[in-house]
Amino acid sequence: MSFEQLLALVVDPDLLQRYGPRFIDGLLVTAKLVAISFTLGTVLGLLLALARISNKTVLNRMAAGYIYFFRGSPLLAQLFLLYYGLGSFKSFWQDVGLWWFFREAWYCALLAFTLNTAAYQAEIFRGSLLAIAPGQFEAARALNLKRSTTFFKVVMPQSLLVAIGPLGNELILMIKASAIASLVTIYDLMGVTKLAFSRSFDFQIYLWAAVLYLLIVEIVRRTLKYLEGRLGRHLN
Amino acid sequence: MLDQLSLLSFASGGWGPALLAGALVTVSLALACLPIGLPLGLLVAIAARSRKRLPRAWATTFSTVFRGLPELLTLLIIYYGCQIAAQKLLAAMGYEGEVLINTFLAAMIAFSLVFAAFSSEIWLAAFKTLPKGQLEACSALGLSKRTGFFKVVLPQLTRIALPGLSNNWLSLLKDTSLVSTISLVDLMRQTNLAVSVTKEPMFFYGVACLGYLLFSALSGRVFAFIERRYSRHLQGARA
Repeated sequence: MSFEQLLALVVDPDLLQRYGPRFIDGLLVTAKLVAISFTLGTVLGLLLALARISNKTVLNRMAAGYIYFFRGSPLLAQLFLLYYGLGSFKSFWQDVGLWWFFREAWYCALLAFTLNTAAYQAEIFRGSLLAIAPGQFEAARALNLKRSTTFFKVVMPQSLLVAIGPLGNELILMIKASAIASLVTIYDLMGVTKLAFSRSFDFQIYLWAAVLYLLIVEIVRRTLKYLEGRLGRHLN
Repeated sequence: MLDQLSLLSFASGGWGPALLAGALVTVSLALACLPIGLPLGLLVAIAARSRKRLPRAWATTFSTVFRGLPELLTLLIIYYGCQIAAQKLLAAMGYEGEVLINTFLAAMIAFSLVFAAFSSEIWLAAFKTLPKGQLEACSALGLSKRTGFFKVVLPQLTRIALPGLSNNWLSLLKDTSLVSTISLVDLMRQTNLAVSVTKEPMFFYGVACLGYLLFSALSGRVFAFIERRYSRHLQGARA
């Protein structure tokens, strides 16, 4: 068997020409999905974490319940609950004028992913906020810093350093979990893969997808490692 | 609300038995991954600590690949891959026909590999906390390598690894919901069927979520018990 024949087993040029561009599109959809939901999830997660460490009982309990629900059940079930479940109240959403949102699988997937990652990120932020020594708060008060200044200039930079490792893991988990979006008719990387496989029945398509996912995850992992080193450079 | 609850009844026309059967499949699938996944993970961790280069490379590749791939993709690759491989193998032996791999088996293999990859990291971290003196003491006492590993090292490793493993178990339990896509009739699949018949998506998916929550809560209890058991020699000292 020559090298070219061997190559054709793994990368068939015809197949690549036919589905290559679609794979690029799928990659972009995956990237968009993860970037948007992760960013929104960070905001929501930070709020949840603050609610979780506040001493208002109601707020605290509600945040705890939210986190428990979204961490305890599978993302797939949550996605179906939002997309099919909430989508079944068509007349209600039409009355409130939100039907355009719950009609689209794209928005539902974004919402489900955001809500899910927010719960995980909330726990990460809570841990990193609790890791800050009480003396830091006392020192900030002694210096008569405003509460916002204390939070953004003293607490945030320190807790971010603790949080960035787990946050990176969560980002990678999100990239992997985003494959689930393909189950509600979204053509992300996984969706494109399934489409291409159902048309060509060529197994190598799945291997391409595997390599692409591994590549993304590895790039993200290295970048995060570098960032972590940068953020913590005063410690070495 | 009450007529919705009657959908869950165990009488005829209710979805109770179906959902319960699905839940049983979910739990048994997750449990079936442990006997392969746990030892394999430990083996990978030991290979990663080996002095020889080849086992180390294998271990790194294994854990990078199966931790990096989406679980859904792993599942599909194993499912279709096994099917195609079996077909080719049988065709070479002269059997021409449709080969269908058991979905439970395919899912079990896929999730065992994923579980092994994630737990190998936990075992590795646990190895790092084990003081070197323990191994030295083993050889000073003339214990064989086997005895030293199973009676001295492993119990201590397990105690340290348990919290991490319990996290892995929880994500395994949730990941099993993906098998509904290769039409294994687990809790999620059963819920999908119920929804397509009754047109009550909100209710049934809510019930499914609660089902998974219940399993998570139960496993939390079980793990708390096991953790207490494994660290019971420390409790006296703390009191």
